[in-house]
Amino acid sequence: MEARSAEELLARAERAEAEKLRLITVHKDLELEFDLGNLLATDRNPPTGLRQRSGPGLEAQLRGLARDNVQLLINQLWQLPSERVEEAVVARLPEPSLRLPREKPLPKPRPLTRWQQFAQLKGIRPRKKTSLVWDEASKQWRRRWGYQRARDDTKEWLIEVPGGADPDEDQFAKRLQAKKERVARNELNRLRNIARAHKVQLPSQGGMHPTGYQSRAELGKAMQVAKVSTASVGRFQERLPKEKPPRGPGKKRQFQPNIGDFAAEKKSQLELIRVMNSKKPRMDVTRATNKQMREEDREEAAKKRKVAKGRGGKRKGRPLGPGGKGKGGPPGPGGKRKGRPPGLGGKKGQRQGGKRRK
Amino acid sequence: MSDNCGCNMEYKKEYLKNITRPFEDQTSLEFFSKKSDCSLFMFGCHNKKRPNNLIVGRMYDYHVLDMIELGIEKFVSLKDIKNSKCPEGTKPMLIFAGDAFDVSEDYRRLKSLLIDFFRGPTVPNIRLAGLEYVLHFTALDGKIYFRTYKLLLKKSGCRTPRIELEEMGPSLDLIMRRTYLASDDLYKLSMKLPKALKPKKKKNISHDTFGATYGRIHMQKQDLSKLQTRKMKGLKKRPAEKLTDNQENKPKKMKRRKIDSI
Repeated sequence: MEARSAEELLARAERAEAEKLRLITVHKDLELEFDLGNLLATDRNPPTGLRQRSGPGLEAQLRGLARDNVQLLINQLWQLPSERVEEAVVARLPEPSLRLPREKPLPKPRPLTRWQQFAQLKGIRPRKKTSLVWDEASKQWRRRWGYQRARDDTKEWLIEVPGGADPDEDQFAKRLQAKKERVARNELNRLRNIARAHKVQLPSQGGMHPTGYQSRAELGKAMQVAKVSTASVGRFQERLPKEKPPRGPGKKRQFQPNIGDFAAEKKSQLELIRVMNSKKPRMDVTRATNKQMREEDREEAAKKRKVAKGRGGKRKGRPLGPGGKGKGGPPGPGGKRKGRPPGLGGKKGQRQGGKRRK
Repeated sequence: MSDNCGCNMEYKKEYLKNITRPFEDQTSLEFFSKKSDCSLFMFGCHNKKRPNNLIVGRMYDYHVLDMIELGIEKFVSLKDIKNSKCPEGTKPMLIFAGDAFDVSEDYRRLKSLLIDFFRGPTVPNIRLAGLEYVLHFTALDGKIYFRTYKLLLKKSGCRTPRIELEEMGPSLDLIMRRTYLASDDLYKLSMKLPKALKPKKKKNISHDTFGATYGRIHMQKQDLSKLQTRKMKGLKKRPAEKLTDNQENKPKKMKRRKIDSI
């Protein structure tokens, strides 16, 4: 008797459960595939039920199919772990399982920064630091850096003047200045690392070097860059009287094409061979005259130096000798420089100028 | 097309009145994608030869990856169906019905393209009451039926609600025309995962084809003669046998035992 009533109870409970679930159960031949991260469901069952091509019938069938599929998807979603966030029931979605192609290519690995390279070389590993430090002054645990930090340099009201420092120096201002410099250097290094990573050519700061020591070539380049950095790209910039136009980035050597004028090439080659074979030396008139002129200049300069040396040595004794020779007065008068290569004249001219004034 | 875009996507840029032929010349598309930094595009045009054309495509690194031309047979717009709509920008549910979506490569790419288009931003959590609408794609007899339904949650006996659907929004009957699919290696390249996202492999755990998980334990060398095994009383040596054994080996010990027993 009891067994039967127990059985009946169980059967009734099962039926009640089935009733409850009837509204939400859907029967499908093949199970759907779910990708809950994308809220996606794929139904692989062939749509054999939808044979009707006509309008309203088809719509109703499609809707029926859709309703079944959506019911199954919703059943899955309701089974996910849910939590209450501000009076709304929120389900936590898993990661989307379907892989879709990326929009942009993978980012390239960044090159190591200077510190990272050094650390790798030396085998230095980052040491984990505690986030709080014991502060003796306030007798509590304070953070290592930031607001209300443990050893705050800026809050000191007394700084002892160190032994070797100037007593009138403002130590507080010195500290501030040092901090500013550190921050600026840090920022500079960070930007340099980024530029190195992107292989961007670092801007040359107008070609000038921060220390001021630059070679002649670098200064020339800086001057060229500055000239071109105008609105009309240097077209209306005046040049100094003796300044030559810049060489420009064009080709330094010109090559004839391989397959050109064969007759002309043959002629020039034969001419070359004839000249090489001839016994008499050839003379370039311009070069010869220039050489002669230079020789004459040098002789005159040598003579004048001897005269000036004699004179200078008699009048002023030893102290002036080295001083005068080095960086004399203003550079020598331009008369010496007419029609001569200025570089050559310049050197001698300076020395001359120093002596001539006396 | 604006219906489609409007109700489905939040991030879109419109370029109207640009006459190009995407299948012949992709440079204008790539230019627009670079300019607006968008990777998905939809292009609609109409010729006598191809009436009511819609080209859906996606880009990888500002070059066209996949492009599929769909012809629209029947179109019902948002405005034609008069009922309440859901707010723009909600994440839709996507359902693909029909085995055709797995059979051919074209359909598979189309499926992935449509998912990419309509899925919206990836979110970790979703408000269960906020699931508003469903996009349902059915592949049947070479046609793809695209329907949008609004979700109505009805009471059922248990926690999970019963679903009723209401037609809303654009519905299209599409036919696949031309396709321009990326080559396999380009597709592979675009699918590459960065190292950080790859699932980390646990050491010493391997899986069987049947789904069984195997683990590996590394142990030190054991002296098997001193192994503590189960004691089977039946196999225990009887005293008589022990005596005969020990007689050969250790006579001294035997003597001691005798004395003890007395």
